[in-house]
Amino acid sequence: MSEILARAERVSRRYGDVLALNDVDLTVRAGEIVGLLGPNGAGKSTLISLLVGHRRPSAGRVELCGGDPRDPRYRRWLGTTPQETGLAATLRVGEVVDYVAAHFDRPVGRAELLDRFSLSDLVGRQTGGLSGGQKRRLAVALAFAGRPRIVLLDEPTTGLDVAARQALWDAIRVFGAEGGTVLLSSHYLAEVEALAGRVVVLGNGRVLADDTVPAIRSLVGVSRVSLTAAGLPDLPGVVATEQDEGRTHLLTTDPDALVRALVLAGTPFAGLEIRPTSLEEAFLTITARAGHPAVAAAA
Amino acid sequence: MSLVLTSARYDLLETVRIPIALVGSAFFPAASMLFFVVPFAGDEPAGATFATASMLVFSVMVSNLFRYGIGVSEERAQPWEPYTRTLPAGPLPRFAGRLLSGLVIMLISLVPVVLIAALLTEATITPARFALASGAVFVTALPFALMGFAVGYALPSKAALVVCQLIFFPLAFGGGLMSAPGQAPGFVESLAPFLPTRGAAELMWASVGDYPPHPVALGMLAVWTVALGALAVWAYRRDEGRRFS
Repeated sequence: MSEILARAERVSRRYGDVLALNDVDLTVRAGEIVGLLGPNGAGKSTLISLLVGHRRPSAGRVELCGGDPRDPRYRRWLGTTPQETGLAATLRVGEVVDYVAAHFDRPVGRAELLDRFSLSDLVGRQTGGLSGGQKRRLAVALAFAGRPRIVLLDEPTTGLDVAARQALWDAIRVFGAEGGTVLLSSHYLAEVEALAGRVVVLGNGRVLADDTVPAIRSLVGVSRVSLTAAGLPDLPGVVATEQDEGRTHLLTTDPDALVRALVLAGTPFAGLEIRPTSLEEAFLTITARAGHPAVAAAA
Repeated sequence: MSLVLTSARYDLLETVRIPIALVGSAFFPAASMLFFVVPFAGDEPAGATFATASMLVFSVMVSNLFRYGIGVSEERAQPWEPYTRTLPAGPLPRFAGRLLSGLVIMLISLVPVVLIAALLTEATITPARFALASGAVFVTALPFALMGFAVGYALPSKAALVVCQLIFFPLAFGGGLMSAPGQAPGFVESLAPFLPTRGAAELMWASVGDYPPHPVALGMLAVWTVALGALAVWAYRRDEGRRFS
């Protein structure tokens, strides 16, 4: 087994009365690209802020590159990005890169880094004047400035257009192919699917699942089949049923099989609708199956 | 060391690119000179010199307290500051870099005060004493810079602004900066030696003219510097960015 670069052991984090992380375990090994998937408020950002040493866990232990991330020595191989595209607004793009690079032993050259993220034309611009997408590209470029071994990215593609997102994904893939380690959070299953080999699903501050991409897709790739019918036969693959104003909503992992079964059963129905569920709904399904009926009832 | 200079350089760049900030920090001390020192103590060489020294201490305090108190607290609320804390450097380069850039800005803001004293008052100083006073300015800046750091790292920006305003006025009056050496009202004179402003002022007075500094005030200045340094480090350590409950 390869070296562990990031680890959380029974980590909890409170903000006042709110328990943002509840007894979380996570291990990221060298060379892995791990997706941290969860709806807003699941605790993804909190977990990343603990791993980069910005916050301290209320209980448990975090480790980065073999030590406490609050000690700067263990952040020498870490690459990360500012949140919310927040950069020093009056500094120029080249200056921001130089400032970050000055903290590392053998940083990537400024020209090379800017070229890799298609930022070369902007080197003399003040960051406050960049578009949202350009800021985001620069923010992500900063994560790679110090030739990191592990990169932690919190929602890296939020606010990016399709082309910029593709460019970022390519950069992450290249870094991964060169043996780099990545932990990235997202609330899009598609993004995690495109990049990660392993997915950790976080919901309400807990790890709900930690598995391969196909396994997670079968878990959270849930569709909602809605119809009006007097009564329904037993149908395959239904994970939850709701009644709402005369409509029946079925959550299922295989809508095709469900509809085939429905038609074959000869049951009269009307107003059939199938749509993919949001990740939030999928999480409620997972938590419900994990034996939390209260969560399902709240939906 | 190179990180300290890098930090200071970018701090300065950020300030210089909003030039009105520079004008602002130079205006207040210069205006105070024109309104308080020139008309009231301008004619008498020793009085004008001591009053200028007091005004320098006042400027040093205001400049440092507000620059760090409000500046740090505002930066902390921005995502850039927490990001810089994920870079592999401890608090020292950033502290020291900020201190260095702040000192440069402070020196610029003191230039008008010195010019006004030289041109519009009878204040006099020998080159040797001027050098001594320049050194004293750096020593007196330290406790107020640390005070600013402590406020800036401990409080959100709106609270930091209020606290800085609440702190600076009593410190200036209580330290006896508004009166000639030894001429403040009785209760001020008995309280003053225990405030950092008085120790700073005694140091400045002793460097610009014939004045024997009060040992208690100097001792307390050292105590304040160490205590505020500890407070600033504590505030930095517990800071985790903006808090919401």
